Amino acid sequence: MIANFGFGVLVVSFLVTLYSVFAAIYGERTKNAAMVESARRAMLLTWPLLTLTSGILIYLLVNNHYEVQFVYEVTSRSMPTYLKITAWWGGQSGSLLFWSWLMSAFASLVTLRKWDRDREFLPWVIVVACVTMAFFIGMNVFFENPFAQVYQTFEGINAYTFQPADSVLFTPADGRGLNPLLRHPGMVIHPPMLYLGFVSFVIPYAFAIAALITGRTDDRWIRLTRRWTLWAWLFLSFGLVLGGRWAYDVLGWGGYWGWDPVEIAAFMPWLTGTAFLHSVMIQEKRGMLKHWNMLLVILTYDLVIFGTFLTRSGVLSSVHSFAQSAIGPLFFVFIGFTLITSVALIIYRWKELKSETEMTSMLSREALFLLNNLLFMSILVVCFWGVIYPLISELFTGAKVTVGPPFYERATSPLFAALLFLMGVAPLSAWGHSTVKTLGRVMWKPIIGAVLVTIVLFFTYTQKVTALLAFFIIAMTILVTIYEYWRGAAARQRSQGENILTAFWNLTGRNRRRYGGYIIHLSMMLMAVGILGIEMFQKETQGTLAAGQSLNIAGYEVRYKEIASWDNPGAGVNYTRSVVDIYEDGEYLGQLTPRIDYYFDSQQTMTIPGNRSTLRDDLYILLVDWEPATASGATFKIYVNPLVNWLWFGSILFLAGVIIAAWPEKEADRVSVKARSRVQQPSAAD
Amino acid sequence: MVIDEETMKVTQDTKITSYKLPLAILFALTFALALVSLVSAQGPTPTDDEVNRIAKQLYCPVCESTPLDVCPTEACRQWRDLIRTKLGEGQSEEQIKQYFVTQYGARVLAEPPNRFASYLVPAVAILLGVLFLARAFQMWMKPSITEAEAAANEAPPADPYIARLEEELKKQK
Repeated sequence: MIANFGFGVLVVSFLVTLYSVFAAIYGERTKNAAMVESARRAMLLTWPLLTLTSGILIYLLVNNHYEVQFVYEVTSRSMPTYLKITAWWGGQSGSLLFWSWLMSAFASLVTLRKWDRDREFLPWVIVVACVTMAFFIGMNVFFENPFAQVYQTFEGINAYTFQPADSVLFTPADGRGLNPLLRHPGMVIHPPMLYLGFVSFVIPYAFAIAALITGRTDDRWIRLTRRWTLWAWLFLSFGLVLGGRWAYDVLGWGGYWGWDPVEIAAFMPWLTGTAFLHSVMIQEKRGMLKHWNMLLVILTYDLVIFGTFLTRSGVLSSVHSFAQSAIGPLFFVFIGFTLITSVALIIYRWKELKSETEMTSMLSREALFLLNNLLFMSILVVCFWGVIYPLISELFTGAKVTVGPPFYERATSPLFAALLFLMGVAPLSAWGHSTVKTLGRVMWKPIIGAVLVTIVLFFTYTQKVTALLAFFIIAMTILVTIYEYWRGAAARQRSQGENILTAFWNLTGRNRRRYGGYIIHLSMMLMAVGILGIEMFQKETQGTLAAGQSLNIAGYEVRYKEIASWDNPGAGVNYTRSVVDIYEDGEYLGQLTPRIDYYFDSQQTMTIPGNRSTLRDDLYILLVDWEPATASGATFKIYVNPLVNWLWFGSILFLAGVIIAAWPEKEADRVSVKARSRVQQPSAAD
Repeated sequence: MVIDEETMKVTQDTKITSYKLPLAILFALTFALALVSLVSAQGPTPTDDEVNRIAKQLYCPVCESTPLDVCPTEACRQWRDLIRTKLGEGQSEEQIKQYFVTQYGARVLAEPPNRFASYLVPAVAILLGVLFLARAFQMWMKPSITEAEAAANEAPPADPYIARLEEELKKQK
C-alpha cells in the first residue's frame, strides 16, 4: 500500500514537472507573468514531492519491505540502518530517483534567487531544468519503478507496478543485500558527490540555453552561473577523488584509477567543465569565445547525461544488452535531442555571439587559456574514443576488444604533462598582451629553482628521464605559483604596511577567485606528484608464506605471523584476518592486518588491504589466498606505492582552493566592453 | 707368470677402464643433456611475480575492467594457474598471450591488437584541433596587427610624463 502511495507521488511529481514546462513556455509566449510564476511555483513543488517519494522509499528500505523489488535487491536484514538509507542510490531505479531529487533541489534553489534584472531568463531556465527532470522522473515512472512489488502469478514470480489479476504479493524472508563493495564509507559519499556535480552542471546549461533563446548573449548568464559552475566542479572533482580513494581502499588492486569506462564517464564532464571554467574568464575579461563557451557548457551537460547513460544503459557490457535495455535507447534519444537543439540555437544566434575584441598576442593569457582548452578537449577525445571504440569494433566487425590503461596512459600522459606546464606559465602571462621577454622576466627564478630541484632528485631519487622531466615541470609550476603569491603578498606588505601573514590572508580575501585558483593549481601539483609516484615507481611482489616466513620488497620485510577466520552473524560477514609484522632495514615498524570479508547475503567477498602510509610511500598488503584447513599458509600481494599520499593531501588542498574561489565576494557585476578593451596593458592582473 | 697374468689383468683392466671412461662420460653427458632438456621443458616453478607480469596484461571476458593479476574470481585464478603451467612448459610471454587470444578473442588483451586503428582517430582529431586553433590565431592576429600599425601611426608619446600631461589637459577641457 505504502509503495503504491510512493509511486503515486512519483507520478504526480512527473506531471508537475511537465506542467511546469508547458506553463513556462505558454507564459513566456503570451507574456503572461502569472503563468510563468505558476510554472516557477510548480517547479518549487517538485522538491517537496520528490522528497516525499524518496522518504517513502527510505521508509521501505529501512523497514525491510522485501516485497518491493528494489528493497529486496539492495538491502538485507543484517545491514545497519545507515547503509539501508544509502542503499537508496545503490541500485538503478533508486539512483535515478536520487538524481531527480538532487536536480529538484538545485532547480528550486536557483528559482528562489532574486530574478529582478534577469526575469527574461526565468521561463527558459525552468523549461530546461524541468525537461531534464521530467526525463529522469519519467524513467522511474515508466521503466525503472523503485516501488514495483513482487507478485506471484501463474507465470511465476515477477515485479509489477500494479497488481496483476489472480496474483498474491510475495514477500521474501530476507533481501539480497547491498554489494559489499558499496558498503564502504567512501562509496556512501562518492555517488552523492558525483551526482551533485552532475546535476549542478545542469544550472549553467539552463542559463546558457535561456541566453540563447532570449538573445541576451552578453556574459550575464556566465556571471549568474559562475558560482554554480564552481560548486558543480567542486562536487564532481571531489566525487572523482572519493571514488579513487574508495577504489584504493576496497577494490584490492593497489591503485586508485583503472581507466574503467565508468570512471571515464564521470571524468569526461569534468574535462569539459574544467575547460569551461577557464574559458569563461576569457569571455568575462575580453568578450571573446562566446560560441565556444556555449558549446562547452552544452557538451558538459550532454556528457553528464552521457555519463549516466553509460553506467545505466548496459551499453558498456555489450551493444546487444544496450538494445535490450529499456532505458538505453531513450537516453540516446534524449542526448541527441538536447545536443541537436542546443547546437541549432548556437547557429541561430551565431552573429550575436561574435567576439567583442581580438586576440593580440600568442602568449597572452587568453591565448594560453585556449591552449589549455585544446589540451582538455584532446584528453576528452582520447577518453571518448577509448570508451566507444569497443562498441564500434563490436558493431562493425563483431569482434569485442578491450581498451585498457596502456592506451589511455600512452595517449594522455604527454597531454597531462603539457597541461601541468601550462599551469606554470599561464598565471604569469597578462590579459591582452605578453611576450617571451615579459614572461621570461618573471619566470627565470622559478625555472632555476626547478632545475636545482631536478638535479637534487637526479642524485637522490631517480635517474628516469621522463620522471625527471615531469618532476621539473611540477617543481617549476609549484615555484611559479608560490612566487606569484609571494610577490603579491610582498607588494601588499610594502604598500599596506602589513606583516607577511596578514598580507597573504588579505591578498587571498581581496581576490578570492585568483588566489583560490592558485591554491587549486598547487593542489593539482601535489596530486601530480602522487600520480607520478604510483605510475612510475610502483613496485609489487606476491608470494605464499608459512608462518614466520617473509617477503622482501623495496627495503621492507613483510613477515607472516598468523591468520584467523571467524563469523559475525549479526553483520552477516565472515572475516579472515591475517597478521603480518613489518620491518624496514631490520627495524620493526609495526603490524598490519590485511583481511578478506565474505558477505553471506550477497555471497561476495571484499579484500581489505593492510596499509602503512607515509609521505614517502604506502606499503599496501593484500591477503590474496589462504589455506582454510590448516591455516598454515597464506598468499600475500604487496605493493609499494611511492608518494601516493600526496594525491590525497592535494585533494584536501583542492577542496580548500575551490571553497576560497567560490566564496561570495563583492564585485562589480558588469564589466563593460569598453572597460574590457582598455585591458591592453601588459599586466598579470586577473 | 703370475706377474705376467697380473700384468695382463692390469693391462686389461686399464684397457677396460680406458674404454669405460669415455663411455661413462658419454653416458653422463647424454644423461645431463637429457636432464637439461627435461628441466628446460618444465623449468623451475614460475614465481607468482612471473605469472602476474603476464596476467597484468590480460583481461578475462567476464570480469570487465579488472586485470587478471588482481581479479579475485575462481575463473581468473584458473587462468593464472594456466599461465603458470605454460610458463613452466617454457612458453614465452608472447606465446601465452597468443594462446589466450586464440581461445577467447582479442578482448583478453589490454589494448586492441590493431594499435594503428585505435590511435589514428584521436590523433587525427587532436591534429584537426591544433590546425583549427592555429588558423583561429592567424585570423585573430591579422586585424590586430593592422590595428597595432594604425595605433603606431598615431602613437601616444612614449614619455609617461607627457602622457600624464596630455591626460591632465584632457581633463581640463
